[in-house]
Amino acid sequence: MFRNQYDTDVTTWSPAGRLFQVEYAMEAVKQGSAAIGLRSRTHVVLACVNKANNELSSHQKKIFKVDDHIGVAIAGLTADGRVLSRYMRSECINHAFTYESPLPVGRLVVQLADKAQVCTQRSWKRPYGVGLLVAGLDESGAHLYYNCPSGNYFEYQAFAIGSRSQAAKTYLERRFEKFMDSSRDDLVKDALIAIRETLQGERLTSNICTVAVVGVGEPFHILDQNTVQQLIDAFEIVAEEEPPAAEAGDAADQETAAGEGAPAEEGAAPMDI
Amino acid sequence: MSFSKMPLVEANQALDASSLSLDSERTLYPYVTGTSVVAFKYRDGILMAADMGGSYGSTLRYKTVERIKPIGKHSLLGASGEISDFQEILRYLDELILYDNMWDDGNSLGPKEVHNYLTRVMYNRRNKFNPLWNSLVLGGVKNGQKYLGMVSMIGVNFEDNHVATGFGNHLARPILRDEWNEDLSFEDGVKLLEKCMRVLLYRDRSAVNKLQIAKITEEGATLFPPYSLKTFWGFEAYKNPTVGAEGSW
Repeated sequence: MFRNQYDTDVTTWSPAGRLFQVEYAMEAVKQGSAAIGLRSRTHVVLACVNKANNELSSHQKKIFKVDDHIGVAIAGLTADGRVLSRYMRSECINHAFTYESPLPVGRLVVQLADKAQVCTQRSWKRPYGVGLLVAGLDESGAHLYYNCPSGNYFEYQAFAIGSRSQAAKTYLERRFEKFMDSSRDDLVKDALIAIRETLQGERLTSNICTVAVVGVGEPFHILDQNTVQQLIDAFEIVAEEEPPAAEAGDAADQETAAGEGAPAEEGAAPMDI
Repeated sequence: MSFSKMPLVEANQALDASSLSLDSERTLYPYVTGTSVVAFKYRDGILMAADMGGSYGSTLRYKTVERIKPIGKHSLLGASGEISDFQEILRYLDELILYDNMWDDGNSLGPKEVHNYLTRVMYNRRNKFNPLWNSLVLGGVKNGQKYLGMVSMIGVNFEDNHVATGFGNHLARPILRDEWNEDLSFEDGVKLLEKCMRVLLYRDRSAVNKLQIAKITEEGATLFPPYSLKTFWGFEAYKNPTVGAEGSW
C-alpha cells in the first residue's frame, strides 16, 4: 500500500470505495506476533508466540481470560487488545450479574464488532489496531471467532493471525476437516505444531509460546509452562523417531524434524539456535 | 425504562418543594390487587394457577383479570399484588424478549435468566423506595431443565419445587409439602392445584371462583380457559341461619 491523498482520515472514502485508515489498522495486526486458534465440537484451543524484546524483559501477555467460558488471543497493538479485553470482561460480568448465566460468545463478539465499527465512522477516533481471536462456549457448542479492526467478525474452524501466520494457516487448512471430532489433546498438539510453523525453523519451546484451552467441563485457562514443554517434547520425539508414519500424511513434520536439535534438551534459552 | 419522569401538570404548579417533588410518584399503597398464585413442578414441566380476580380494597371489583402470562418461549409469569405494576412488568419483559429475539442467533433467555432479571428490577425499585407492589412467580422449562422461582416486592428471591404467593403461602404450601412429589402426572397435578385453590376460595376473602390454570413444558406454554370450582355450602350450621333470632331486627 502506498501513501495517497485519501488516507489521512478514517472518515474519508477513496474513489475506489476503500477506507485506507481501516486497512492500515489491519496491517498493524499483520505486524504483531502470531496467534492461532482452532476448535472441535467441544473444545477450543488458542496459542500464540510471545517473544520478549530481550532476555532481561518479560513476555508480552497476549492471551486473556474473559470469563470461565470465554478467552481471547490478540495480535497487533497489545495496548488496544488489553483495553478491549477489559471491555469484554466487563460485559460478561454485567450479563452474569443480571441474568445469572454466561454471556453467549456470539453476542459478545457482535458487541465487540459494533464497538470497532464505531471507530471507523468517527473523525475524532481511530480504529483499534488489534485482531482478536475469541474462543468460547455457549449452548450450541464451542466457537472460535475472529474480530477485525474493520468491525467485521467471522466464525472459524481454525485461524491464524499476525506475522508469518500464512505458514500456520497452510498447516491448518490441510487438517481442519478433522478438527471437529478431534480430542482435546490432539487439538492442543495441532495448535503447537501450527505455532511451530510460524517460527520457521526456530526451536519451539514453552518459553516462547502460550497455550490456552476452554471446553465443555473445562473453564478457560492458560496451560502452565511445564505442561506445554512436555507436550512439545512428546510430539517432537515422535516426529524424530517416525517421521513418515506419525502424522497422517503430514509432510511438515519431516521438514521441521530435520531442522530441530535433540528433543531431550529442555529449557534451552530461546535464542539458542 | 425511565423511573422518574416529571409530568407536565406538576411543572405548571406553584414552585414549592412538595409539589415539584417526585414523592407523589412513589408507590405508597396498592390499589387494584390480585390474590394468591400457586405453582409447582410436575413431570413434564411447571403447573401454575391463579384466580381471575382484581380486588379494589375489599370490593371484588374485576373478575376477568389474567394474572398468568407466557414470557418468551420458555417461561410463565404469575403475579399477585398491584395489577398495574404487573402490567408494567409485562412491558419491561416484552422489551427484554424483543431484544433477545432481535439477536436472532439461536440463543434465548431461559426462565433462570428472566427470573434473575426480574429480581434485579424488583430490588432496584425497592432501593429507591418505589417498589413494584407484586409477588411474582416465574416458572419454565429449557433444555429439559425445569425451573421455578419467586421474587417478592422487596427483591427477595428463591427457587423451589413448589411456590405460592400471599395467602397461598399459608394455605396451599402445607398441602403441597405433604402431597407434592417429583413425578406428578398432568392430571394429578391439576387435581392437586384444584385442591389448593379450593381451600383458598373458601378461606381467602379476596378469592373469586374463576380460576386459570397454565402449564409450561419443553414444547411451550398453554393457558387453559378459565373455569369455576364446585363448592359445597350445605353444612348444618349454615342452614336456617336466622332460626332462634326471630324478631331481633
